[in-house]
Amino acid sequence: MKKIEAIIRQERLEPVKAVLEKRGIVGMTVTEVSGRGRQKGVALQWRAGEYRVDFLPKLRLEIVVKNEDVDKVVRIIARSAWTGKVGDGKIFVSPVEKAMRIRTGESGEKAL
Amino acid sequence: MIVNSGDTAWLLISTALVMLMIPGVALFYGGMVRKKNVLSTMMMSFGILALIAILWVLYGYSLSFGPDKGGIIGGLDWTGLMQVGQEPSSVYATTVPHLAFMMFQAMFAIITVALISGAVVERIKFSAFLVFAVLWFTLVYCPVAHWVWGSGGMLAKLGALDFAGGTAVHVNAGMSALALAMVLGPRKGFKEGEHMEPHHIPMVVIGATLLWFGWFGFNAGSALTSGGLAASAFVATNTAAASAALTWMILSWVHRRPTILGTVTGAVAGLVAITPAAGFVPPLAGIPIGIVVSLICYYCTLFRAKRRVDESLDVWAVHGMGGAWGAIATGIFASVAINSAGADGLLLGNGVQLAKQAVAVATVMVFAFAVTWILGKVVDAVMGLRVKEEEEAVGLDISQHGERAYGGISG
Repeated sequence: MKKIEAIIRQERLEPVKAVLEKRGIVGMTVTEVSGRGRQKGVALQWRAGEYRVDFLPKLRLEIVVKNEDVDKVVRIIARSAWTGKVGDGKIFVSPVEKAMRIRTGESGEKAL
Repeated sequence: MIVNSGDTAWLLISTALVMLMIPGVALFYGGMVRKKNVLSTMMMSFGILALIAILWVLYGYSLSFGPDKGGIIGGLDWTGLMQVGQEPSSVYATTVPHLAFMMFQAMFAIITVALISGAVVERIKFSAFLVFAVLWFTLVYCPVAHWVWGSGGMLAKLGALDFAGGTAVHVNAGMSALALAMVLGPRKGFKEGEHMEPHHIPMVVIGATLLWFGWFGFNAGSALTSGGLAASAFVATNTAAASAALTWMILSWVHRRPTILGTVTGAVAGLVAITPAAGFVPPLAGIPIGIVVSLICYYCTLFRAKRRVDESLDVWAVHGMGGAWGAIATGIFASVAINSAGADGLLLGNGVQLAKQAVAVATVMVFAFAVTWILGKVVDAVMGLRVKEEEEAVGLDISQHGERAYGGISG
């Protein structure tokens, strides 16, 4: 099992979700996060003058999948979250040792 | 002295309108601080509402409006509302119950103290602020209110005009805010250029809206009668607020984008500037008064930021400088055709009035700044003005009040 963690633009959540669902991936956890990368911040205005905000709002998707699904899911996210401009985000994949469905007690891939 | 029911009704309603400005200030300021300090910021207005309301009926009204002592202060004859009853006073608002006039004036005292809190948010110790507030109210507000509005007060005798508090409220609060912020020092991170981002601008907009609404009581209520003068002041007030809001909107647009934070700040600046003038100038004078006040306050805000002075919410720039302009503008635009108890201003050939206005502004500026500085130093020496570093880091909501505004992760 692997955990796919994707930091994406807020407005790309719906397209990513729709394509994943079509390909049979429904479970995910989404968190609102703030981050910075090459995109840098934006300038916002105060009453007079302005200031820079370094951290921009993004969404973090967490999806745990079977090993054989990893490449497919990563490809879908990368394609659906893409705009081509700085700030599209990043995807990280890491191993998962254990999983359990709390309701039934099922564990391993059956819990996904 | 016969009680006039129309005048009394209007003054009582006006009093309630001004009362609503105090939670208005709480929201206005509360939205501009970081979320860990929103409750402490609002508490400084609401707490002051309760505290000064008591001090006012006990002795504040008497010190401010009681029988004159040498033009400097009112006597203690009206302490505890002695001789202040249902009959009109023989000197103030002679067509309404003396109690109604007293209560109307209470709201002015309260809001003036609350305004100062904007300078010191996010790092002042609540207990120290309360102690400061008692001292400042007694030693700064009451004398200045007496000079300006008290029968026999020295600035009133000089002939300086202040319809609803340009000097007594706004210059007074603005200069005191600057002095207290300088004694207290900046917020942690301010010198390093960290920007303290406003956490809830919709709250600021609601606060500004309540201020605009309440200001009708503040200014049109200051006619103390229900009739033509109140209507004239009402129109001048609305016109100046609108003119200044538009001007600030354009200034922020020229910079980059028309911000709502700028637009509502402009509205407040316009209301500040028209305050001393409302019942002395033709209503359309609200337009130039509003345009100029936004220009002044906008650049004062930039100047304050450039000098790296952490007068956090620009009480000096908006109220101090805006109020000073309003007092000066009164000396320019005033006309006895509007208010026979007033005077003609510069535009009607009476330059002397402008000089009188300038003297009043300068007197209040120097007195407010100097006495506040001393009071700040005294409170700091006796009990410490500032919260501990770790209390500031965690936020004043938790460290001073044991509450948080936006808590709760479950359900």
